[in-house]
Amino acid sequence: MSEQYNDHKGRPVVVITGMGVVSSLGTGKQENWANLTAGKSGIHRITRFSTEGLRTTVAGTVDFMDVDPLSAPALSYALADTASGEAIDEAGFANGEFPGPLFLAAPPVELEWQHRFDIYQKPVKSGATGYDKMLESVRDRKREDMFELIQFGRTADLLAEKYHTRGLPISLSTACASGTTAIQMGVEAIRRGECTSALCVGTDGSVQIESLVRFSLLSALTTQNDEPEKAAKPFSNDRDGFVMAEGAGALVLESLESATARGAKVLAIVRGCGEKADDFHRTRSSPDGSPVIAAVQRGLDDAGVDSSEIGYINAHGTSTPENDRMEYNSLKAVFGDAIHQLPISSNKSMIGHALTAAGAIEAVFSVMTIREGIIPPTINYNNPDPDIPLDVVPDVSRKANVDNVLSNSFGFGGQNACLVLGRA
Amino acid sequence: MTKNSEVWITGIGLISSLGEGTDTHWQALGNVPVAAPVINSEEIAPYSFHPLSEPDWANQISRRDKRQMEPWMQIGTYAAGMALDDAGIKGDEGFCSTMDMIVAAGGGERDIETDSAIHEDALHANERDSLLNERLSNDLRPTLFLAQLSNLLAGNISIVHKVTGSSRTFMGEESAGISAIQTAAARIRSGQSNHMLVGGAYSAARRDMMLTFELGHYLWTDPPVGVAARVKSGNGGIILGSVGVFLVLESREHAEARGKKPYARIDNVVADHGSRVEGGAKKRGTAMRECLKAASDVPVLSAATAISDIYHEEMAVLGADAPVRCYGNQFGHAVEAQFPLGVALAALSLSNGTFYPPFEDGEIESGGNNKQVLVSCFGHWRGEGMALVSSVAGDQT
Repeated sequence: MSEQYNDHKGRPVVVITGMGVVSSLGTGKQENWANLTAGKSGIHRITRFSTEGLRTTVAGTVDFMDVDPLSAPALSYALADTASGEAIDEAGFANGEFPGPLFLAAPPVELEWQHRFDIYQKPVKSGATGYDKMLESVRDRKREDMFELIQFGRTADLLAEKYHTRGLPISLSTACASGTTAIQMGVEAIRRGECTSALCVGTDGSVQIESLVRFSLLSALTTQNDEPEKAAKPFSNDRDGFVMAEGAGALVLESLESATARGAKVLAIVRGCGEKADDFHRTRSSPDGSPVIAAVQRGLDDAGVDSSEIGYINAHGTSTPENDRMEYNSLKAVFGDAIHQLPISSNKSMIGHALTAAGAIEAVFSVMTIREGIIPPTINYNNPDPDIPLDVVPDVSRKANVDNVLSNSFGFGGQNACLVLGRA
Repeated sequence: MTKNSEVWITGIGLISSLGEGTDTHWQALGNVPVAAPVINSEEIAPYSFHPLSEPDWANQISRRDKRQMEPWMQIGTYAAGMALDDAGIKGDEGFCSTMDMIVAAGGGERDIETDSAIHEDALHANERDSLLNERLSNDLRPTLFLAQLSNLLAGNISIVHKVTGSSRTFMGEESAGISAIQTAAARIRSGQSNHMLVGGAYSAARRDMMLTFELGHYLWTDPPVGVAARVKSGNGGIILGSVGVFLVLESREHAEARGKKPYARIDNVVADHGSRVEGGAKKRGTAMRECLKAASDVPVLSAATAISDIYHEEMAVLGADAPVRCYGNQFGHAVEAQFPLGVALAALSLSNGTFYPPFEDGEIESGGNNKQVLVSCFGHWRGEGMALVSSVAGDQT
């Protein structure tokens, strides 16, 4: 292999040749980018289900997909399909024949309440109650549709069948870092020489009553419902939780050699990935930030990029009191005082927190930042947190020449993952 | 990448209906007569399952941590600790803090009482939506989410056993376990990792988990019999089993540097996916079997679920003359954990220098090849994978 195709560690250079995205701001890169750089919010009042009596009534749901009957797995698939189609088209692969494996970050699935009620309301001969009745009901009447819907591997199965990806698709979860992990796994597979391309997707369409209540019970969500578009306010003093959201991001990764050989347009380089697990707590980060610091440092080391070469940080920036403070403290430990001059913004101020999909969506936006020379803003920054003295690109997007982006993703269960994306 | 390290299995943590630990399992399964399977057919009749042999949890998990987990997480965290103990690295901070982890997980264990109360009350409610909002907000245990979320088994392993190099969770039923072993082995072979913890867990004694299979009529509802006997009866059916299984994988260099002898070596793992119509699984399985280049007399550990159509395709691939052991006979089906379980059982037999006696009438004696074992897993609905595991006896420095 020619040296021009290898990185600083002698591994195949991994590039991005196709991208697709759906968020509450719209379908496709163009619509999303126009809205994102205009500082528009996709957050709105929830209409999908009754929010009567709930502490949080706003979200970044994607309500414009044609999914019937609606369920989290069905919407998650539709979002992933739309984003994947856009990415594969851009990469220029003949429709329906993707020549590499699929790495899909997908939300865990369960029967939803409409399914539970449907099963439970069927009378059963024995007069049983509880789950014995549920079991007897489905024993009497097979529910193949529901069975398929809650197979954890189904979304990946459908995508693999539609796009003819190679081998056994991998469905993965690292909670809110999942989208980043999907990209990392694609990078690793190409570096191992197992494949020359990989489809890496993060999707999440799981804003439904129980998931909302669960996050609410953990006090993770904002309760500032009055003006939905102002509810997500990362790095602000009055931030009080994240806004649940939906969407999907898809990236076609390819070895530089393969992309060059087929004359594909290279959108950006995935220079490096970093990861480190935290053993402190199920939802909280180590107070000293050491796992996040290690993840960022490993990402930079893997990329062979010095922190001074990073021109912009796409923050995890959830708008929870703890995350934003922890993210700042950890970045300061890595970047030193230079962090105060470095632009850093949170896409979540506009699209909310798309959970499983967030890392993939934000990777797409990070690449567009490099290519378009515009940094999307952090909106709703009216009340800066004095303990987080960052240049968050407040409220208005900014023209900038960015060569390298650091994109951060952190999740429950001690998950921390970072990407370093660079100009092609 | 030019590196091509051998992938050694240097630790096994195993807990099931048969007890805990490699010695217990080898004694139960490695010699004639093979211990009878432990099956509970009363508690959730008409369904049978292989119940967990309850361990002394305090061996691996503090009471405080245990309370934060639903049963499958407890089983998995316990088995993970056993694997680290077995590899001789438990509590070794330098080792564990650089150790990479892949967990094959499902999730979704429910609060049965809360669900049942809401189901019943909703039958009589005028406003079902408001009832649901009120009851979920008031009755859901705040920590339940974290006790059943897929990636929190890995999260708990990090917290309890301090494994923090990296942490990834694969989902997707049997395929999750196949991909976990395949990816872990590939990372070590290529030098992307030196030492990994990989495995999964399943808790069978649960009506909520049984419901997910029974929606598609996949469960066996007659009195329990073996895998082949269930298949013979018609459509067949799954009997679930509680299992926790984790493996410590190391590169040969890494293990040798610390003087650790392995159970066995993972030579290759292959996996595929596609349509199940028109013999698709058989076609893919045949290609995988060829790709592994295993001799025809290599004994086989099969994860067969006893779903008849797919069972017949798998057995057609493996060949009528092959000594095949359907280990679901002894363990039940542990879904995400089933393929890692097969790899663990393969390593156990190779390190003991002899293959398992038949688990069920009709299984043929092994011809005496004690150098390799093939592990085969055809998922109950999707996904197929195989691993070739080899003895390292006489191959160590």
